[in-house]
Amino acid sequence: MEKTTLFDKIWDSHVVRHVPAGPDVFFIDKHFIHEVTSPVAFLNLEKRGISVKYPYRTIATPDHNVPTVDQDQTIKDKLSRMQVEKLRENCKKYGIELHDLGSAHHGIVHVIGPELGVTQPGMTIVCGDSHTSTHGAFGAIAFGIGTSEVEMVLATQCIMQSKPKKMRISVEGELGKGVTSKDIILYIISKISAAGATGYFVEYAGSAIRNLSMEARMTICNMSIEMGARGGLIAPDETTFNYLKGRQYTPKGEDWEKAVAYWKTLKTDEGATFDKEYQFDAADIEPMITYGTNPGMGIKVKDRIPTTEGMEGSNKTTYLKSLDYMGFQPGEPVKGKLVDYVFVGSCTNGRIEDIRAVAEFVKGKKKADNITAWIVPGSREVEKMAHEEGLVKILEEAGFELRQPGCSACLAMNDDKIPAGKYAVSTSNRNFEGRQGPGARTMLASPLTVAAVAVTGRITDPREVFEN
Amino acid sequence: MAYDKFTVLIDTAVPLPTENVDTDQIIPARFLKATEREGFGDNLFRDWRYDVEGNPKKEFVLNDSTYSGKILVAGKNFGSGSSREHAVWAIYDYGFRCVVSSFFADIFKNNCLNIGVLPVTVSPEFADKLFAAITADPKTEIEINLPEQKITLLSTGESESFDINEYKKSNMQNGFDDIDYLLSMSSEIDVFAASR
Ligand code: SF4
Repeated sequence: MEKTTLFDKIWDSHVVRHVPAGPDVFFIDKHFIHEVTSPVAFLNLEKRGISVKYPYRTIATPDHNVPTVDQDQTIKDKLSRMQVEKLRENCKKYGIELHDLGSAHHGIVHVIGPELGVTQPGMTIVCGDSHTSTHGAFGAIAFGIGTSEVEMVLATQCIMQSKPKKMRISVEGELGKGVTSKDIILYIISKISAAGATGYFVEYAGSAIRNLSMEARMTICNMSIEMGARGGLIAPDETTFNYLKGRQYTPKGEDWEKAVAYWKTLKTDEGATFDKEYQFDAADIEPMITYGTNPGMGIKVKDRIPTTEGMEGSNKTTYLKSLDYMGFQPGEPVKGKLVDYVFVGSCTNGRIEDIRAVAEFVKGKKKADNITAWIVPGSREVEKMAHEEGLVKILEEAGFELRQPGCSACLAMNDDKIPAGKYAVSTSNRNFEGRQGPGARTMLASPLTVAAVAVTGRITDPREVFEN
Repeated sequence: MAYDKFTVLIDTAVPLPTENVDTDQIIPARFLKATEREGFGDNLFRDWRYDVEGNPKKEFVLNDSTYSGKILVAGKNFGSGSSREHAVWAIYDYGFRCVVSSFFADIFKNNCLNIGVLPVTVSPEFADKLFAAITADPKTEIEINLPEQKITLLSTGESESFDINEYKKSNMQNGFDDIDYLLSMSSEIDVFAASR
């Protein structure tokens, strides 16, 4: 029998039709929508006079644009309010399940999907948001789409897609103390660059990946897009099944047994080939941080910013422009630099494990005076657990400000903006110019590193704080 | 949504050699709040184009009247980042019909093809030639020939062919979109869906 990859297995079983010399007509099992990229899609449906084909395959939540305070009140910003109201209207009109502000399962779309058990192995999942790749952690093909494609999925449950190439990235060995899955992915991106996986779908493999929790796997798959990949996925295993068991939307009883039996078949055959392979050693990975304006510009916290040696032309100009924006010099160390804000949140690191890690770290300590510390849970469920586990108390005692769930300062569409020129060390996924507010300077890092920065007020290797 | 047909475009171009231009630069998130697809062109490259008070920044190429045209020639890895189609709407709404680069981010390229902006991938060498020619003479015309899949620098006659998949090509030439195609196979999809 032909040896195939996990990606092939899922992809091929979702092709409705191969268009000659064109893309595949690709069937979508689950579709998530939010308030920002869906209104125009609904508007166009109306213009065409068509309806939503399978409303039960779409799930909605407002997350990108919502305030993270006073969520029980009317949204003050007029345009945000309009988008959220449009989402409510559209969901009602077409019978789409909505997890609205304040409801038990409200949150960032990529946090609630897994939480509800909507995300399952072997599925195809899309959303008008590039970090849909998060769901790949469950062994699903999940990727971000544009609004035209949102419209296609609503209208036909299909999109037209050319099959991407396949890449496997293996990380073998044991992670050192203080090193997290965020460091793994920042390390990988720094090695293969912010465009290094463009045109590919990535499978993550190896013992270091298999040993990770579901939350940690989601962090990795989440950032696949930051190296240009369409998405990333990890073969499902016992960790996956244990996470999913008993969740609201997962199969129950006999159906569960059947589902697990199928899910166990979802892996890459021994000897299957990839278009490209990378191998990394977990022992080489240390706490990472970005110093520039794309996620590929990352270094170990202890290292110096690369010099321009060997760079030429527009490459060098772009590099210097980026450092200029950040207010950094080539060749200088990042460690010890003063920071103004820390942000713990987003669909990359806004899950309960992340909040536990930060709370454990700052327990009995105080944030530095120069730091404003925001912690924004990825969902209501996470928020609730953080309260129940006493984490909120620990964090508030340490001087962190807890906000209500949403994307918040990850993309700064609401009021949670980092002021121009200020430095933020953030657990989110993008350090683009102005991403966290016009002129904001973002450095991406793990929740542990962020916690260490919060306590010391400076760029710090978390391992050094552990030791004291 | 249907868009204008694209066959042959001959026009001057605007050069933007910066590499890794991400979608947050093309259109910052705070301008994504509209519920209709109109008026995005005003905020194209907003933070590079205007200062905080809203005054145009003279040094940015869109504020430099020597350059104009329906073609944007961009640096390597253009359009990385978010899946926001608003980035392409802004480009389209501003008046561009074609973006040329030596490397595009995936989702961005798809989004372009879906709304009628032609992404043309050229070799890094050809991209350099284009930048040099446009800066030397902003009136330099470029021909984008979709039926022949060819881009030509008219001043020197140098040309290069580019790739586009047959299906997308015919869509662009006819101003069709994928939904028209998908709707035509509705019952086939129903049968498939029933098996899932
Ligand atoms: S948290 Fe950030 S990356 Fe995640 S969905 Fe929201 S805006 Fe996108």
